[in-house]
Amino acid sequence: MLNFLEEWSFFGGSILLIFIGLYGVLSRKNMIKILISLGLMDTGVNLLLVALGYVEAANAPIINSVNPSNAAAFVDPIPQALVLTSIVIGTAVLALGLALVMKIYDKYSTLNISEIRGLKW
Amino acid sequence: MKFRNLIALVITAAFALIILQAFTITPAAGEITLNEFGKADINNRTAQLYLNKSVNTDNKKVIYQESKNLESGSANIVTSVVANYRSFDTLGEITVLFLAAAGIGVVLNLENSKKKKFAADDSSLILNTGIKLLFPLLLLAGTYIFVYGHLSPGGGFQGGAVIATAFLLKMLSDNKFEIKEISITLVESTAGISFVGLGLYGLVTRGSFLENFMATGTVGQLFSAGIIPLIYIAIAFKVGAELTNIVKNLIEA
Repeated sequence: MLNFLEEWSFFGGSILLIFIGLYGVLSRKNMIKILISLGLMDTGVNLLLVALGYVEAANAPIINSVNPSNAAAFVDPIPQALVLTSIVIGTAVLALGLALVMKIYDKYSTLNISEIRGLKW
Repeated sequence: MKFRNLIALVITAAFALIILQAFTITPAAGEITLNEFGKADINNRTAQLYLNKSVNTDNKKVIYQESKNLESGSANIVTSVVANYRSFDTLGEITVLFLAAAGIGVVLNLENSKKKKFAADDSSLILNTGIKLLFPLLLLAGTYIFVYGHLSPGGGFQGGAVIATAFLLKMLSDNKFEIKEISITLVESTAGISFVGLGLYGLVTRGSFLENFMATGTVGQLFSAGIIPLIYIAIAFKVGAELTNIVKNLIEA
């Protein structure tokens, strides 16, 4: 059981997070909740990418006094660099989305997407 | 269960089926497969070139505090990927953050509206004093994180985020505290221009944009890694100013 958890909780869990986020985006009506679901999807993708580069019993890819040469076992640094980019872009998307939500709330006084007049849904 | 939720569940399940089907395909000979968790083979990946610092040279060995004049002198391999091998990507990344900050400025349109403050006129003494104590420490921690970005975990983005957090706390507690729009713009544009300037200097002297034009020094020392610390300092100031600007706009709207 523990073995199964170790092997699949990272891939399976991150894919599950992506789908929970997708379900939330599709089913919620509150705009803040939709943005939270988008953030969940983002986190899921980031975790999946980092998990793809994991190597068992390896260290963070930093050459220091603990791992003094590149002969030591390191995890893959490229997914980590990509995820760094992805996290920053996720922050930018969330911030812009929240600004839009604030503006929509000012105009329509509601956070419910189906109560916004002028949208046929 | 409402009808809407059912439809959402069906669409999600359809996507999940498509993804799960990909796991059942048995790959033909020679095709790359998804490794099991923790069984990734770094030796056959591009990562090995970055770990050996041998993208352009034939280097095989990197030793802490000994190896000199490698093509990228950063001890933190992730930093050498982010700020040296793929620094053009990073330039695009901070452009995305800049566009988001500019978009928030346009959407919220603060010019015509009355600026609000989050902090109360008489916010509590404990909050004010605590944040007065924390503010310089947070700035120091952020500076440490981005200055040591090529030696330890951290870097420009993380350091910039910590610095922006310091200003966020200040804005939440002190109602007399105000950052001028012009100073944020000045810091941000100076940092952006110096990033692009470093890239252009590499283009003129070495022949490609953002190429390292300084001596890379010994792996593991503070003054090493060529232009990586300079790029990270520029990124930290730019990210810190942009995130502060975003937070300021969201609070004042």
